[in-house]
This record gives sequence, C-alpha cells and structure tokens, in this order.
Amino acid sequence: MTNTYRNSVRPGLEDEGAFVDLLGEKRRYSDLGLAFRTFSPQPYKGAPPCSAAELNKTVLESQYLRYVAKEIAMETGSTVEKVRDEACGILEEMSQNLQLGFIRLMGCTLNKVFKRLFRSIFVNTEGLNRLQQAVQENPVILMPNHRSYIDFLVISYALFIYDIPIPVIAAGIPLAGMKIVGEILRRSGAFFIRRAIGSDKLYWAVLSEYVHTIVRTGYAPVEFYVEGLRSRTLKSLPPKLGMMHMVLEPFFKGEVFDITLVPISISYDRVLEESLLVHELLGVPKPKESTSGLLKASRVLQEDYGTMHVNFGSPLSVRELCEGKINLRQYNLIPRDLPQKPSAEAQACVSWLAHLMVRTQEEGSLISPWSLMACLLLQAPAPVLTEEGLPWHHLTEKTLWLRKLALDFGAHLNWPGQMSDSDVMSSAVALHRSSVHLKGGRVCLIREGEPDKKRPLTPEEGVIRTAAAVLMLASYRNQSIHTFVRPAVLAMALHVTKSTQEEELFSFFCFLQEVFSYEFIFIPSRSSQDFEEACSRLKKCGAVHLSEQEVTASEQGQEVLSFLRELLKPFIDSYQLMFRCLCEERVDMFSEKQFQSALQSAAIKLILSGELHTYEVLSAAMQKNFLSMLRRLEAVTESRVSDHSEYKVNTAVVRKTKDILSGKIPPERRHATPDARL
Amino acid sequence: MTAAHLRKPPGTDSTIPAPEEEGTVPRRRQEIMKWNGWGYSDSRFFLNEKDQVKFTGRRYSLSGAIIPGLKGWMESTFGADILHKISPAPALNSSAVQSPILYEAFLVELKSTGIPFSYDAEDRVFRAHGHCLHEIFALREGKIGRVPDIVVWPDCHNNVVKIVELACKHDVCLIPYGGGTNVSRALECPPEETRSIVSLDTSQMNRILWIDEKNLTARVEAGIIGQDLERLLDQRGFCVGHEPDSLEFSSLGGWVATRSSGMKKNIYGNIEDLVVHMKMVTPQGIIEKGFQGPRMSTGPDIHHFIMGSEGTLGVITEVTMKIRPKPEFKKYGSVVFPNFEMGVACLREIARQRCAPASIRLMDNEQFKLGYAMKPQASSVFTSFLNGLKQFYITKFKGFDPTRLCVATLLLEGNREKVLQHERQIYGIAAKFGGLAAGEENGQRGYMLTFFIAYLRDLAMDYYVIAESFETSVPWDRVLDICRNVKACIVQKCKEKGVKFPPFASCRVAQTYDTGACVYFYFGFNYRGLSSPVQVYEQVEHAAREEILANGGSLSHHHGVGKIRKEWMRETVSDVGMGMLKSVKDYVDPNNIFGSRNLL
Repeated sequence: MTNTYRNSVRPGLEDEGAFVDLLGEKRRYSDLGLAFRTFSPQPYKGAPPCSAAELNKTVLESQYLRYVAKEIAMETGSTVEKVRDEACGILEEMSQNLQLGFIRLMGCTLNKVFKRLFRSIFVNTEGLNRLQQAVQENPVILMPNHRSYIDFLVISYALFIYDIPIPVIAAGIPLAGMKIVGEILRRSGAFFIRRAIGSDKLYWAVLSEYVHTIVRTGYAPVEFYVEGLRSRTLKSLPPKLGMMHMVLEPFFKGEVFDITLVPISISYDRVLEESLLVHELLGVPKPKESTSGLLKASRVLQEDYGTMHVNFGSPLSVRELCEGKINLRQYNLIPRDLPQKPSAEAQACVSWLAHLMVRTQEEGSLISPWSLMACLLLQAPAPVLTEEGLPWHHLTEKTLWLRKLALDFGAHLNWPGQMSDSDVMSSAVALHRSSVHLKGGRVCLIREGEPDKKRPLTPEEGVIRTAAAVLMLASYRNQSIHTFVRPAVLAMALHVTKSTQEEELFSFFCFLQEVFSYEFIFIPSRSSQDFEEACSRLKKCGAVHLSEQEVTASEQGQEVLSFLRELLKPFIDSYQLMFRCLCEERVDMFSEKQFQSALQSAAIKLILSGELHTYEVLSAAMQKNFLSMLRRLEAVTESRVSDHSEYKVNTAVVRKTKDILSGKIPPERRHATPDARL
Repeated sequence: MTAAHLRKPPGTDSTIPAPEEEGTVPRRRQEIMKWNGWGYSDSRFFLNEKDQVKFTGRRYSLSGAIIPGLKGWMESTFGADILHKISPAPALNSSAVQSPILYEAFLVELKSTGIPFSYDAEDRVFRAHGHCLHEIFALREGKIGRVPDIVVWPDCHNNVVKIVELACKHDVCLIPYGGGTNVSRALECPPEETRSIVSLDTSQMNRILWIDEKNLTARVEAGIIGQDLERLLDQRGFCVGHEPDSLEFSSLGGWVATRSSGMKKNIYGNIEDLVVHMKMVTPQGIIEKGFQGPRMSTGPDIHHFIMGSEGTLGVITEVTMKIRPKPEFKKYGSVVFPNFEMGVACLREIARQRCAPASIRLMDNEQFKLGYAMKPQASSVFTSFLNGLKQFYITKFKGFDPTRLCVATLLLEGNREKVLQHERQIYGIAAKFGGLAAGEENGQRGYMLTFFIAYLRDLAMDYYVIAESFETSVPWDRVLDICRNVKACIVQKCKEKGVKFPPFASCRVAQTYDTGACVYFYFGFNYRGLSSPVQVYEQVEHAAREEILANGGSLSHHHGVGKIRKEWMRETVSDVGMGMLKSVKDYVDPNNIFGSRNLL
C-alpha cells in the first residue's frame, strides 16, 4: 500500500519518494514466509565475508590490543597473559554473534508482534534503496534516533525485508543480562557496552578496537544511538561523542577511504513506553531490564499504537562533511596502532558531526497531528485543562492553523490525506485516550488513578498527579518542538530585549541557545545560520519584517509570535525558578539530590499558590539539563564526594545569567559572523 | 666502439684514464629525439594497417614487435576508440616561439669564451620542459610558453665556471639542464622572470674522468646520461648500478639535483649512498669537500645542500661515484599473489628479514593486466600454449581471482650460486603468503614496462587518453591504506569533475625499506567530452597528492618538488626548515641567478 497522501499536504515532497507500509498488503508476509524468504544482501565490496569468531580473533590479535595489554601488565604488575585473558573475557561479554538463522527467527516473531502493535510501519523505499547502494561502497553507520526499546528491532526488520545487510548494534549491557533475550539480541547482531567505562583502560581498548575492526573491515553496518540514551522526553538528546568518535576514527586515520553516515528518523504516533516515561521523569526509577519484566509488559501488546514512520535519510559522506574541518595529517606522526587522545580539533569535528546528525534526524522525523495538538493544549493553564477542558472546535481550528505554520517552517507531517481533517484529529485523540478524553465538545486532560475516597490526596500529591499528565502531554509536544524552536528563540529575543536591532537580537538569541543547549539541539558554531533561518521562517509566515540590521514584529504576526513565546515559556519559567532556588540556597555545596528535593518543594509550593504555571520544572530531565548547562557555563563547579557529585555555586555567574534571561541586563555582544570552519 | 684518444689524466698513478667516447645525446637533441613526446624519434607505438599495436625502430627488444593485447587493453581500460584519434601538431612552428631576450654585452663576452651556444627556436623549446602531462599536452597542441632565451653547451667544469661568472656579472638567469626527464615542472621558465634566461645544457660534459680501482670509485662529469655511464663502465668491468626508470635519458647531475632513487638500490643504494665527492659551481664560487673519506663527522653534510637543490643553487659539474665490479649473474623472477594485501604482507616480511633482492616490486591487479597486455606476439604455438596452461593453473587450479591477483617482479644479481639460493629464500617466504613463482619472463616484462610506459603515454594521447605517474614513500603500516585511498580518491575526483569514462588508477610498491616502502602510482583517463582536460587532470592530481599527505605519505620519494609540489613544502619541512633552506639560498645565490624557482 503506497502512502501517497502526503502529496496533498506537502506539494514539495513528491521527489522524496513515497512511504511504503511494511505491514501493508503488498509487503505482507506470513510470519513463516518471512522467516524463510531468501535473504541475499549485496555485501560491502572490500570485505571478504568473515564470521563473528574470526572477527573476535582479529580484534584480540590486533597490534593495538597487544600494545595496551603490555602497557597494562607493566602498570599493574600483572602478566600479559592475564591481561589478555581479561580482554578475552571483555570481548566475550561484548561481542555480537550475528546469525542469519536468528535473524529469520526474529523476522518471524517481529512480524507477528508488529502486526499486533501497529496499524502500519511506513518506510521510505527511496531511502532504503540509497542505503542498499551505500552499503556496497563504504562502511555504513546507521544512526537512528532513540525513542523506544523497539527502535533497533524495527530497523533490522526493515533491512531484512529489503535485502540489506543486518547491522551490528551497540546496546547497553543491562540488555545482555536478560535471560534468553540477551542471547537472542546477541545473535541478531547486538553487541553490549558497559555504562561508565571512561576510566577502564582495557575495556576502552577492547571496545574501540572491536568497533574499529568492524568499520575497517566493513564486517557489517554499525548501528548506534548517537543520543546515547532513550529519550524520556521524546525530545532529541545532545549527542554522546564517545561512540561517534570510535566509528569515525578509522576514517581519520586513513584506514578507510570514507564512511557513510545514514541518519534514521523514527517517529511514533504513540510510543510503547509512554506510561513509563513520565514515572521516570518524576523520579520513579526505571525498572531494571529483565525478561520477566518484558513478559509483564506483554499487556502492552493489547494496545493500539497507531502507525510509525521510519525515514531513512540520505547517506552522508564523512569525507565530504569533514573536508576543511579536520587536518588528517595530525595522525601521521604517531603510529596508528597506539592509543592516543583525540586532539581538540578532532573533538570539535566529532561534536559538530554528531550534532549535525541529531539535527538531521530531527528534520527527517514526521510530525503527528497529536504532537501539534499537544503544543496547543499545553498553552492552556493546567487547571483549565484538567477541569473544564478546551472547546474542541477551538482546538481543531488552532491545530489546522499550526499545521500550516509547521509546513511553513519546513516540517514533514504525518497527516493522513485520505481522511477529513476533523477525522484525523479525532482519531488522534482516540489513539491517545489514556491522555485526553473528548466529552461534550470539550477536550480534557486525564490524570491517572482516580483519587481514593478513603484517603484523599494531599495537595502536593495532587500536583504530582497533574504533573504526570502534563509531562506526558509535553513529551508529545516535544516530538515537534524542534520545528519551532529556532523561530521561538527569536520570538523570545524580540519579546525580552524589546529591541529591533539585529545585533542585539542576535546576542540574546545566542545567549538563549547557550542556556538551552541541553534542551534543544543547536549545532555548535552555527548560531549565525540558525539566526538567519529563524528570521527567514518568521518572515515567510509574515510574523516579522526584515530590513537592513533590523527585525520588526508585524501586526498580523502577533498570533505566531505569541504561540512561539508560549511554547518556550515553560522552559524559561522553569529555568528562572531553578536560578532562583540556587540563589536562595544557603549552603555552599549541594548534591544533585539535594537540589532536586529543594526545587521540588519550592515548585509545588509555588504551583499551589498560583505563582508558577508550569509543571515541567518537576521533570528530572529538565533539572539534569539545567545542571549540565551550569557546569558548562562554569556557574557551578563539580567535585566528586565519595560516590556522588557535589556542586559549588558561583553565585555571581548564576545571578548574571538569571538577570540576562529575565532581560534585566543585556547579554554579551555577539556579531553574526559565520565561522568559516565549522 | 672506437679507440678513443686519451685525455690527460688529472689524478694520481693509481687512476686509469677512461676512454673517451661520443655521448648518446648530441647538442642538437632534435636530431634523435622527439620534440613533443618521449624518447627517440624512431621509436614509438603505432596502430598498423591491421589495427594492431606495433613498436617501431631497432633500439629495443620490443622494436618491430606486434603487441596484440594492447589495443584491447586500451579499449577496455580507457574506453579508447580507434575512431577517435587526435594527432599532435606535426612539427614545431618556430614562429610560435617568442623571440629571445638577449643581452648584447653578455653575448659578446660569451662568444669570447668559445663555448658553443644557440638561440635557435628548436634548441630553446627543447629545454623549456620536462615530461609532465601538461607540458607534453601543450607541445602536442603546438602551444609554446616562456622558453629559455639562449642555450649554452659547456663541455667541462671550467666552462661552467666561466658561464656562471658571466651570468652573475650581467644578471642573467641560469637554468641547468640535464636530461630533461623531470615530471615536476622543474624546467618550466618562471613566467614572472624578466631577465634573459640561459639554459645551461650539461649534456656535453659526459666523460668519465678517471676510474680508481683500488677504492672502487669513478670521477664522472655530471652531464653524462645513465645509459652512457653504465655502458662506459661496463667496458671496464664495472657498474654504478643506479637505475632510475629514466636511466636512458636522465643525467648524473639531474640525479643528484633531485635526490633520485634507482631500481636496484637494495644492492647499490640511492644517489645519496653513491656519491663520494662532488663539485658544484655557485654564484659564490665552488663548493666541494676537501676529502673523499667514506664518512665524516664534520657538521651537517654539505652534500645534502647540493642533493635535492633542483638547480636553485648552482650547477653540479663533477661527481665521484662508488663503482662495483659487474655482477656475475643476473636473474629475473616473479611471484603471483592471490591479492594485493598478501603481496604487501610478503614484501613487508622480506624487508623485515632484510633479504630483499636487487629489486622487488609489487604491481597491483590493474598493472598486472597492463603488463600482460604488453606481451609481444607469441613466437610459437608452443609458447602460447604454455602461457595458456600457466594461466589455467593459476586461475582455475589454484583458484586465484583474475580480478584480484597481483604480481611481484624480482631482479637478483651477484654470484650465481648465491643468487639461486637467494631466489629460493624469496620464493619460500612468498609461499607463506600464498605466492606462486610465476617465471622469469613475467618478471622481465614487468621491468620492461617501466621503459615503455612513457612511449605508451604518447600512443594513448593519440586516442584522447591522458596519463601520468607520481610517487610517494610511506611507513609500512600505511601502505595498503594509501594505495586504496589514493586510487579511490582518483576515481571519485574524476567522477566529480565530469570525466565520462572510468579512470585508470593503478599502483605498485616499487621499493622496500626497513621502515616503509615507495609507492608508485599510474593514473590516466579518457578525456573525450571534457572541455579543459588538462585542468581536470591537474585538479585530480592535486587531490591525489592531498590524499597521499593525509595518509602519511611523503611529498616525494624521488621525483622531487620542482614547482608542481612547492605549495606543500612548508608543511613538509616546517617553518624553521623552510627558513634554513631559504637562508642557504640567500647566501649562495643572493641575486637568484639560478632562478628556476624550484623547491622553495
């Protein structure tokens, strides 16, 4: 079933090729039929086929590991044999054991499961065809965004159906610990990485050599989540650079001619883990991965998760991207087999590339009607939402307005064309009936768990209960926030600075980018382009006038500008509150936990008194991002105390940042000169 | 050989005066050599009436032979087509050559010295270029740029001294000329040069002055070309053993000035190992060492200012070279490997064991195919049957993939018994890397290829194919990567630049050292459909050089820098290094008399 509806929505998109439903009629396999289909991918041209065992042997015998093993033996007074045995053990724990038989078994199982969970799984055939070509030419790195446990399963499933080599996948070690499942994953190509490996020299060596060898030999495409973790907020996470650097190193060192990066954007109408997300955000720790846990989760199978889209992006050549950004000659004077710290230049290049990939994932994702509706719902005060609700016709009207704005901003929408707009919106609400219900022409937010009559909730518990509902809605809003964030930052700059001078606006724009650098993905050193993009988008929808050195809000643009400001408001308000808490904090040193609990009680108090309108400050993710930002701005200094970090506040910096954010003092002047190199 | 009259020996009693003989190259090079291509006028490839490639002349083993596979190879490799032929300008049009800038006073004094000189257009054009692709391409199109204004032919050291003195006195630019075989734009006259340019042709300084049998050295004038040097020494039972691929035409002075390397360096060493003493005439006077000891600890070796100076400091006039008794026995050999990776591993092992023969080269699959196509018509049904059998054995019986296999060629020299023993050792090591001995003939043909490749380029250019070679040296651990990446870079760049046919990108590991290897690349493509082929060619070559440097390769192993690689000198030798070289130039030649502007 070819999904052609998009043409009616976005006339510019035809050339991108159509999405095809993997579960649809043409592609529908019986579970067994799928398992026994002939799978004949075209391999990478340079590489003779190699078994998982041979791969491990190559890794263990590599000059690099020998060298590191000797070094470690010398340092620890152990013998080389012992160190090598240890390396062997690490490798065993780590390595995948990709087997076609298991892929077939997985194919069969997944076919069954996916058909139950999803109405459709759309993939863009164009992207898959390009990928098929790319895997033959250069080592390929698949880089999906990470929103659900099943992300990588869906990708492998699609590749299996399209005769593309199955990737080996970097997974977290807890998965390996699950009975049977761990082994199944291993045999489907997963390799397992321990968390927090920074200081373990041998582990680091084994892992990097393992990854290098796979890339160097073109053993299989490598798949990893550049975001590092599954995003609990459904917003992109700032990329982690360790793995990224590892996969790029063979190119930097000239061991391969080029590496192809393929960004993959997976968009869910509804994520399987949605109820878990909010609990994690509110501080209930995530359950440890276990097989029995998975079985319990089988009630998940009873639900309807709508459709999902897997958008395979255009293959990107690392060679082309890195041209002029890194001088590879820096690797010439040190033997390539020796461990070496990446240079500042290499780190900057890797970070830039990683951010670029996350941005590309964002741009490739498809925005659901529900996400647009969530943006709008969240702009109503929470008590209104939970009590009387919003008028349905008002919401639908605004949603259609927002749809147009999103398209103007270049978003890809997942807006079924064969249904009437109102049907699309009501079915979105129906799909999310655990979040909202539509009654008497009004949409209300549902709070989980009706209060027990015997023991009424304390007001504080009530706040948490509402927060859970709000955060869930916020997560869906976050699916589309990247579309609006750059213009929204500009809208906020216009509002706070009350200026029309481009330079002043740009300075504030950069300041906000810096403050929110962990909330949203901004590519390093690209503020100028981001600013220009924001200006041109706002101009396109008629919200601002641009002239020489000036940006002026237009009369008819107030609706857009106020929407964008409101979109950012929860972030601004939350950060203001957190700054305030820090300033009021009397103690010299505090731990993350202390900060969180102080913040929580302050926030609840303010919400109850009606002074604070956002619940998002209660999100652990936001609190973490805030702390990361402070560290980066050197507003706090971190020190390790036994097993946790303690922070010392630099009050001057905190106050200054807080005052700039509220517009009391202007930010440092910036000039919009695009950096020539990055 | 004529009975030569003897020159007055300048040396002591133990030195023997060497016989004098006419050099191969006359003053008027045009009498025997092409003006717009490689080598002798009488030797070239052409397509005969039966559409077979034939080699003309009588000078080479291949002369007169039909090479049946070559046409097919050119068609399948380059997409060349006999219907698309482009003939070069038939003769030099003297009117296209700008009239010379002549300084009257200089000419008068030059005349009074009696040193022959000329400002004939042909003479001047001949000395204005090396063999870079764009130089030959322009000549074929009849395009002539800035050329020297005068050519002088000194025939001894003292004449050179006189010329340099006059040049300094009259502020004339001097560009020394040896064999004219460079591929680095070294002879290109700087377009910004406004002074009169004098090409100092050393070809008539071509005598062996003496041979010292006790110390095994020979004093030779620097203008002698390789083939004459070896021929003359051979008559006395000696050899130098320095055999760069340009041996037939390149000169001793040129070797020194570019730091050349010879095929058999494993036995005889590279030029820096062979020179015992030398003399160079500079604007500041003559530079030479006062002794001929085998080694000295006397500060930085001044020879190393001279070697690689590329004509920027002075003219090398006389060189004392190491000589060796002629080898008793010589044997070619070859080994076929299933793939290039195994071949490189084998060469690395041979280098590790320090048992490399006089020469060992590993050709990649593309070059192997070219070598195969160069096979002359089989002389009998029996040999062609035998060849078929060999091929069957390797590809079918041993399971070598004909699109991946590659061949190493060997040359062994020395005492017969030792050579045979050495050969067995090499084949033994090769066997460990899947190598199969593939006979003498394949080996010999591999070496022959290097002497014909330049002639072959002239044929290719008749059919819209342009090509050139370049080289580098690289540590062992990067050999495979550099070979793969540079070839891939060439293919990608050609595609990017709109080349309509897949390019030919091939390499060989040409020399082995303890710590690395010299890698030699051939690169060419069919330029039909391109409006500015030479520009595309240069862009691709530039990208390939960048790729070499990014992969840890050197700027040059033996071709030198000239002007074509100048832009990378600073990063190659560092700022301070550049400063050192510049200060030497500033001291030795403050007025830039030697104004070729090479190197720095």
